[in-house]
Amino acid sequence: MSFEPRIVGFLCNWCSYAGADLAGVSRLKCAPNVHIIRTMCSGAVEPEFVVKALQHGADGVLILGCHIGDCHYQYGNHRAKKRVAILRRLLSYLGIDPRRVKLEWVCASCADDFVDVVNKLTADIKELGPLHGGGKDR
Amino acid sequence: MEEVKIGVYVCHCGTNIAGTVDVEEVAKFAATLPNVIVSRHYGYMCSDPGQDLIKNDIKELGINRVVVASCSPRLHEKTFQGVLRGAALNPYLFQMANIREHCSWLHEPGPELTEKAKRMVRAAVNRVSHHEPLEIRAVPIFPASLVVGGGIAGMQAALEIANANQIVYLVEREPSIGGHMAQFDKTFPTLDCAACILTPRMTEVAHHPFIRILTYSEVVEISGYVGNFRVKIRRKPRYVDEEKCIGCGICQEKCPWKALSEFDVGMRKRKAIYTPFPQAVPNIPVIDTEHCAYFLKRTCRACEKFCDAKAINFEQKELIFELDVGNIIIATGFDTFDASKITQYGYARYPNVFTSLEFERLCSPSGPTEGHIILADGRQPDSVAIIHCVGSRDKNYHEYCSRVCCMHALKHAQLLKEKTNADVYQMYIDMRCFGKGYEEFYERIQKENINFIRGKVAKVTDQAVSEEEKGKLIVLVEDTLLGRMLRVPVDMVILCVALEPRKDAGEVARLFHLGRSADGFFLERHPKLDPVATMSEGIFIVGCCQGPKDIPDTVAQASAAAARALAMIVRGKMEVPAITAFIDETKCSGCKICNRLCPYSAIFFDDSTKVSRINQVLCQGCGACAAACPSGAITHNYFTADEIMAEIEGVLA
Ligand code: FES
Repeated sequence: MSFEPRIVGFLCNWCSYAGADLAGVSRLKCAPNVHIIRTMCSGAVEPEFVVKALQHGADGVLILGCHIGDCHYQYGNHRAKKRVAILRRLLSYLGIDPRRVKLEWVCASCADDFVDVVNKLTADIKELGPLHGGGKDR
Repeated sequence: MEEVKIGVYVCHCGTNIAGTVDVEEVAKFAATLPNVIVSRHYGYMCSDPGQDLIKNDIKELGINRVVVASCSPRLHEKTFQGVLRGAALNPYLFQMANIREHCSWLHEPGPELTEKAKRMVRAAVNRVSHHEPLEIRAVPIFPASLVVGGGIAGMQAALEIANANQIVYLVEREPSIGGHMAQFDKTFPTLDCAACILTPRMTEVAHHPFIRILTYSEVVEISGYVGNFRVKIRRKPRYVDEEKCIGCGICQEKCPWKALSEFDVGMRKRKAIYTPFPQAVPNIPVIDTEHCAYFLKRTCRACEKFCDAKAINFEQKELIFELDVGNIIIATGFDTFDASKITQYGYARYPNVFTSLEFERLCSPSGPTEGHIILADGRQPDSVAIIHCVGSRDKNYHEYCSRVCCMHALKHAQLLKEKTNADVYQMYIDMRCFGKGYEEFYERIQKENINFIRGKVAKVTDQAVSEEEKGKLIVLVEDTLLGRMLRVPVDMVILCVALEPRKDAGEVARLFHLGRSADGFFLERHPKLDPVATMSEGIFIVGCCQGPKDIPDTVAQASAAAARALAMIVRGKMEVPAITAFIDETKCSGCKICNRLCPYSAIFFDDSTKVSRINQVLCQGCGACAAACPSGAITHNYFTADEIMAEIEGVLA
């Protein structure tokens, strides 16, 4: 059987979650590998959440927020950007390929972007292989 | 702690979910999860009988946590929370699994869908076990409302609210209210004169005891939240004392300095001290410091000399003040598309190419030509081309339809026929006459001997190739019905320019926390069911700032928003969402990292106890502080670390 990655997606309530809703409403189709967890803002995603997901069997993590300048809480997404940058460096120290953690901006009307991001990440992680055993990380 | 008893409800949503997800299996699976006491599936959970299932189980089976697997929480979270409340259960003991938008609608059908839905339900069940009741607080609201923008939309909204004896502040950045409608000559399809219907409205607004007009003013800052906004207003100096000025107009008469009139879209001059148009409200002039000789070279002062009321005050300063309001209605209108961007249409190059707004001024008896439709050289045109969709329905500029152009193009044709009897050519892509009485108007105009050419204009040029074309503007257009290129020589060209978002729509959106749709207009909460509300509670959008629309639609929207604002004013208080953050003082190390982080300055450092605290009224619940706290001392209600971790485990188990 081919490898089907499991990806946890943290989507901010105001833009990205709404964008994903719109993708559904518009009946766009994307890979089913991303499991969406709603957060209030991309800036509310604790690095621990990402680590927890990777520990518990996720092969990748997707964090989506509003475009810079559009965060419902002004600059939560700036924070997310800084945090994810540090986190990715940390992960690569630990031997986890940083491409497994992705941060993108998807607006409330960006249904197409949402689908593209999900498909792209799913394909990328398929390429990387499973995180737990047999992946190409090291 | 009381024992956790969870009820799970899987919705079919007709076939929307049940068509591709085996809902029965999902419900069976849910029944096997820890703490789940009851698990059901039903056709439409949001319907009355669906809601009753939950209510009864709360009463009969004593469940104290609820999971509904159906659509997006953005759609029905409130609905179901209401059900819990109705059954005397705290509404936050609830979680939704979005198995429609994020599952059955989003992926190709297949067995994987049922598996995914199961995982989503398991995550929700895991999560909800950690939910705690949250306190719902009701706070009193400020009864006053703020309307931003004094065009027809803003005026209408202000009047509706004020007529219920509630105070409205109407802020307008120009020196007068009136907006674009004041610039129009006639309105379609009735052809009644815009000024005749608008100016009485303006006077009504001006004299209304419950409306306070703040012209030449702008909102610069807003804080607080629905029901309790604090708005900072900057009032620009007019250099004319509003209390003293009697509006006699002598200053404008005597002022020797001139500038292009914004109201007449640059088609004539106004003085350096001016009111934008004679019926301006308030009828108090302003001094344009960029053209006034006193401000440029400290000379002149003619206005001051002639003003009997001693109202001129060159020392006037801008005024910053704050207002407390409960609701905000945004009615900031539109800009017209800059036709010079489409260089091949020759706007700004050929003097006889006009925009539709310029043509309105040309037709208006109070306009630069006193209503005479004339060319740049003063002659009457013998032939006129009206080009539709300039900047609209065009992938290079705006994809959307501006909705009013077909109709005002017909109106222009009618006026041209009446006033000049010129040959009129309509060059259109499709005729869209959708409103009440519009199709009938179109029928009527078609009988007026007007030429309709279906096709997109390629070019407007003055390069004549025949004797007949000499001295004319030649419109090159493909007649798609005849399938051939035409060269139409005319004296005048009118470009029906698109309506587009205001240049500063981005800043306004940021100021008021509004979303924008792909076309740049402000985003409504729901395109069908909530077209005037926004994602920011207590802030409404009306008129063309939400999207291009005609006057009747604008007025209807304005009244709708006023009704929404009044509903809250009548209630007198409102519930604040319990999704805030709080600090466990025993864990806080006093590092103050969160203090600087909070976009709402809701976190302060308590010097006596050396720990940080969060003001629960100011906190908007973004969760940034909780994510940043190195001591893990901050809990983000309804999105606690425990809850999210449980959800992660559920998804991956
Ligand atoms: S709310 Fe979307 S990123 Fe902050």
